[in-house]
Amino acid sequence: MKIIVCLKQVPDTASVKLDPVTHTLKREGVAAVINPFDLFALEAALQLRERVGGQILALTMGPPQAAEILREAIGYGVDDGLLLSDRAFAGADTWATTAALAAGVRHLGGADLIVCGKQAVDGDTAQVGPGLAMRLGLPQVAFVKAIREAAADHLVVERQMDDGYDVVSLPLPGLITVVREIGEPRPPSLKGKMRAKKYEAPVAGAAALGLGEDQVGLRGSFTQVVEVFAPGAAGRREMIPGPAEAAGRAVIDRLVADKVILLGS
Amino acid sequence: MDYFLSEDQLMIRDLCRQIAEERIKPVRAELDEQERFPRELMKALAQADLFGLIIPEQYGGLGGGCLENCIAVEELSRACVGVSTTFAASFLGAYPIILFGNEEQKAKYLPIIASGEQLAAFALTESAAGSDAGAIQTQARREGDEYVINGSKQWITNGGEAGIYSVIAITDRSKGARGASAFIVEEGDPGFSVGKKEIKLGIRASATAELIFNECRIPADRLLAKEGMGFVVAMRTFDKSRPGVGAQAVGVAQGALDEAAAFARTRKQFDKPIITFQAVAHMLADMATKVEAARALVYSVARFVDSGAKDISKASAMAKLFPTDIAMEVTTNAVQVLGGHGYMRDYPVEKMMRDAKILQIYEGTNQIQRNVIGQELNKEYGRGK
Repeated sequence: MKIIVCLKQVPDTASVKLDPVTHTLKREGVAAVINPFDLFALEAALQLRERVGGQILALTMGPPQAAEILREAIGYGVDDGLLLSDRAFAGADTWATTAALAAGVRHLGGADLIVCGKQAVDGDTAQVGPGLAMRLGLPQVAFVKAIREAAADHLVVERQMDDGYDVVSLPLPGLITVVREIGEPRPPSLKGKMRAKKYEAPVAGAAALGLGEDQVGLRGSFTQVVEVFAPGAAGRREMIPGPAEAAGRAVIDRLVADKVILLGS
Repeated sequence: MDYFLSEDQLMIRDLCRQIAEERIKPVRAELDEQERFPRELMKALAQADLFGLIIPEQYGGLGGGCLENCIAVEELSRACVGVSTTFAASFLGAYPIILFGNEEQKAKYLPIIASGEQLAAFALTESAAGSDAGAIQTQARREGDEYVINGSKQWITNGGEAGIYSVIAITDRSKGARGASAFIVEEGDPGFSVGKKEIKLGIRASATAELIFNECRIPADRLLAKEGMGFVVAMRTFDKSRPGVGAQAVGVAQGALDEAAAFARTRKQFDKPIITFQAVAHMLADMATKVEAARALVYSVARFVDSGAKDISKASAMAKLFPTDIAMEVTTNAVQVLGGHGYMRDYPVEKMMRDAKILQIYEGTNQIQRNVIGQELNKEYGRGK
């Protein structure tokens, strides 16, 4: 099975700082890591390769330093990678991002399965996975928590829902986005890390991917970030005084009255 | 301190530290409490290629030496000696094959051990043969194309969990120590079974069990080296493995020092952090100095072993003796620094103290290490007289 895993380089959430004036993320000097949800995608791909064999390619879009996460992916046991990097890609929203990623998937000769994390911890949109499937005309299942069955032409997966899970059969080629329950990411391997030391990720820009400048980056985006701000603490506040038990009861009564909590019959 | 480790050695250290922090630390108390074998952690170590660390490259390993092993074991031990014992015992079982196996034996067993598909174990000790290894009773007799083994082994690490066992048995009682031989026994061999799993003071995540051989039949090609080489196999194996026990000691002592120093900085009495009291600071200073001395000894001896030196028995015994005595002292003092907190299971230092004790006992008690060092001194200073 040929598997492409999409990875995104994000600021390490442990060291994120906001610029107090512009309220934008400070990216300079902040450690960058593989989006934690993408590590679950990587783990899903590694598990699948153990089960059915095949090849895993890691795909990312970002500035030149994003090559670092492809090297990291090699350390986890990925076979090869591709970095989509071009000044023209800068400022892409999810629409323009999927345009570049779709071209990257085609550049790699397509795949039987594309695996993405459910969302990135910086943008939190959860749109790129499903959007990429749409771009490529592939069937997709989001929020996959387990792969029950893996055959050459289909997967049977469990899709996480709020109230349980669905069992879905997905014809291949197709795309899944995965959630934490798919399995705890394994540590990198020594052999992988030794390979990673010498690994140079291939890089493709807009021209190599056959993309025009108005299809990608800021110009290819439908949305633009006009302003970023930290919302102030708003809303009415009310203290409910009294001993804990009585106060707790009062809180519950209010929540029920406001239909925040629905009591069963 | 900088020990001028190579890029690959630093990579091994960092990876093992990552696994220790992310995977071992969160579960060590639970494994200890429930005396549960760390199967999922062994899988993680296997996925990280760590079981191949000292296996030659042509058999699927990474071809590392004693120092690489020590670096890995130290980091794992910093989090949990029960886990590191399980890991290191697989190498103890593999060394006889690495050192004395023929081409077929190496090709058959080493790749399975290197991949972590199966754990290995080493079986010498018996109920009446501990330090006096020459007193072993387990016998192997040749019958046609087979050996038939009878007897039992005691306190075998990875017993019941390993798939491959290096077993020492007597083939010719009349020859004394030269009458022992080493064999490879597989899980599932007819007549081979595992007895009771021991309940222990420490390293409770590791499995320690009795092995029972009742007319156990194995093909004759499972003999390692030649008949009569059994004790040579065992002693050469220990020469290689003992610095690894020293590394376990350095790891657990460092782990205890980490806990004690961090606690002493935050714990306040008489309105001051207790680390500002000389009585506590001096304890920590002695602990840190001894841990560093032990580490320096282990790394030096490991490098000496990796240089291909022949006479390594004395150095190897020293690299086991000193750090393990230090580990007992440092972990005990860590409990003292934490005081009442240290005695409670809420903090990891009481476990470290319980775990450290075995290091002075297994793979040759520290009294036996002193015998080895003493005998070598007697030889050295007797030369030319």
